[in-house]
Amino acid sequence: MSFASFSEFLAMGSHGPYVWSAYGISFLVVLLNVALPLLARRRYLQEEARRLRREGAQ
Amino acid sequence: MNWTWFHKLGSPKWFYEISSLWLRGLSVAAILLILVGTVWGLAFAPPDYQQGNSFRIIYIHVPAAFLAQSCYLMMAVAGLVGLVWKMKLADVALQQAAPIGAWMTFIALLTGAVWGKPTWGAWWVWDARLTSMLILLFLYFGVIALGQAITNRDSAAKACAVLALVGAVNIPIIKYSVDWWNTLHQPATFTVTGKASMAPEMWLPLLLMVLGFYCFFGAVLLLRMRLEVLRREARTSWVKAEMSRLLEKVR
Repeated sequence: MSFASFSEFLAMGSHGPYVWSAYGISFLVVLLNVALPLLARRRYLQEEARRLRREGAQ
Repeated sequence: MNWTWFHKLGSPKWFYEISSLWLRGLSVAAILLILVGTVWGLAFAPPDYQQGNSFRIIYIHVPAAFLAQSCYLMMAVAGLVGLVWKMKLADVALQQAAPIGAWMTFIALLTGAVWGKPTWGAWWVWDARLTSMLILLFLYFGVIALGQAITNRDSAAKACAVLALVGAVNIPIIKYSVDWWNTLHQPATFTVTGKASMAPEMWLPLLLMVLGFYCFFGAVLLLRMRLEVLRREARTSWVKAEMSRLLEKVR
């Protein structure tokens, strides 16, 4: 462990805002990259289900 | 040499079947590697003797920058394969990789700016490395825009493949920019021949993060490609069967 306490870990020796904002934004971007294709897939399946139901009703 | 695997890769059906297993493996590997690498890099690696703790940004900056360039190279190879062998999947891979590459370039530029402020005293300098990375971002935007602007799928595939191939000239420029010009940017941390310019307890987590980012890229790319294959091949009987199987599960 390179830090003595948790508050020291958060402070990152005066570089806290830089380190945490870099990690935070990158984490959000990574999450977005996973979530968008999963949501797109779900939407596509829902659309197809609707289309099949419509065609089945005719 | 046996080339059947290469021809099989051209078949969307074979790809769809086999990639489900790859997707699972890559996802697990990506989560584990990134988790261990982040905790190690943030909490356990020693601070840099000059830069202090701001150097910990390296654990996302370098993997993202590696990936941004590798992704473009992969697109150029896919473009070549698509142009020469008319492989359907090559275009799917090219189009689906572009947004991921653009996001990785964005992360590299952003974390670079955040790292530059406490280290150089400036968010941005018009330095060779930074400028060539910005051009890479615009090349990604170009491929994405071109793919969306052309409605005919074959023409779009051809145009994107050519842009990916021509734009690949930027990759060696990015790589050697720190050697060719006087730049603020520090030289490469890893080199193929020499040993790493860091202590092992600093570069080992970096190695894990780089591998983790590659696995993450592979997993997201497969996720996107599998959906695109379902869309493009919607009229084939195997996709119809697969769709009814998936819709059963949703219900």
